[in-house]
Amino acid sequence: MKRSLALAMLLTLGLAPAARAANEADYKAAYAAAEAASKEAAGMRNQWTVTVSSLAAAKKAADAGDFDRAVAASKEAEALAKASIFQAASEKEAWKAMEIR
Amino acid sequence: MKARTALLLGSVSAALVAFALTSPRVVAADKVDPVADAKAFQNFFFQKFPNVKREDFVNGPYSMNADMKRQWQEKEEFPPYEFALDAGKEMFSTPFKNGKSYADCFPNGGIGIRQNYPYFDTGEGKVVTLELALNRCREANGEAPYSYVKDEMASLTAYMAFTSRGKPMDIRIPDDPRALEAFENGKRYFYTRRGQLNFSCASCHVQSPGERIRAEILAPALGILNAMPIYRSEWSGMGTTSRRFVTCNSQTRAVPLEPQADEYRDVEYFLSYVANGLPISGPGARP
Repeated sequence: MKRSLALAMLLTLGLAPAARAANEADYKAAYAAAEAASKEAAGMRNQWTVTVSSLAAAKKAADAGDFDRAVAASKEAEALAKASIFQAASEKEAWKAMEIR
Repeated sequence: MKARTALLLGSVSAALVAFALTSPRVVAADKVDPVADAKAFQNFFFQKFPNVKREDFVNGPYSMNADMKRQWQEKEEFPPYEFALDAGKEMFSTPFKNGKSYADCFPNGGIGIRQNYPYFDTGEGKVVTLELALNRCREANGEAPYSYVKDEMASLTAYMAFTSRGKPMDIRIPDDPRALEAFENGKRYFYTRRGQLNFSCASCHVQSPGERIRAEILAPALGILNAMPIYRSEWSGMGTTSRRFVTCNSQTRAVPLEPQADEYRDVEYFLSYVANGLPISGPGARP
């Protein structure tokens, strides 16, 4: 019984840092990464509307002091921007597969 | 030793033969050939829809669905674009402040010329669309340009299209590598997937014409611009070619380009060229 209690305490302590609330610095780092990827996509003339709206949502949440939500939205924006960059790069050749010949 | 030399020579010869056989095909595939492209494009639709009359493709979804076609034909007795047509005619004939008019900017006074737009301007080295030419005409005469996506531009192009109704699309590609490049860029834009939905123009208008996308019936790409500008019930108003490109992009969740961006001008050039020979039917009406 004592052993399992100790184990449970250890587990709780181990998980605690991961569950801590995000702060402004976390948001700024996440937003900067998302913004950089978004700018790269726009430079490729392949920006997605959902990237823009996720970035806006991140900013709005941060302005309201909700850094957890701001970090989550920034990460989503970064993932979307990276997907659009991948799309633009792969379509440089892939479009030919759809061409009527 | 002899056997090894023979084997080596044999391999080299085989490689050379293989190269000789494959290289012309690679060159041919990379060569820009608008005539062959237009032929292939038209044949694709003619074969996919053998029961659709060739000149009927310009009527978009109505060429794909008999019920919709009947409804549209009845609607054409009092067409929803009529107001735009009247407004466009008046705008076209009203002189600018300097006394000149649109007629001074276009061949044949701007009447019956829509089928020649867009064209490749060898001086500028770029494609010039009708909408762009109209705004350039305004600016050259001291007038502010119109929005490319709003009613005034739609009304003007509606009137000009009407004066060309029934005339076959007649787009030229001059003997200029920049014109071929513009055509190729337009083709690439047309087939390139974009937006979070990963759609290209061709995903809807080549792979799925006649199919439903939600409540809409998709129009075939062949002749799709011959009906522009269009009154769309969905918009409760008129829409220019620029507006159509912008909204298509948004619907795939791609951020649209600025109206009359090079890419849009080029894709208009490509789509119009491959519709050569099909009649102008604009202004059109769509659900």
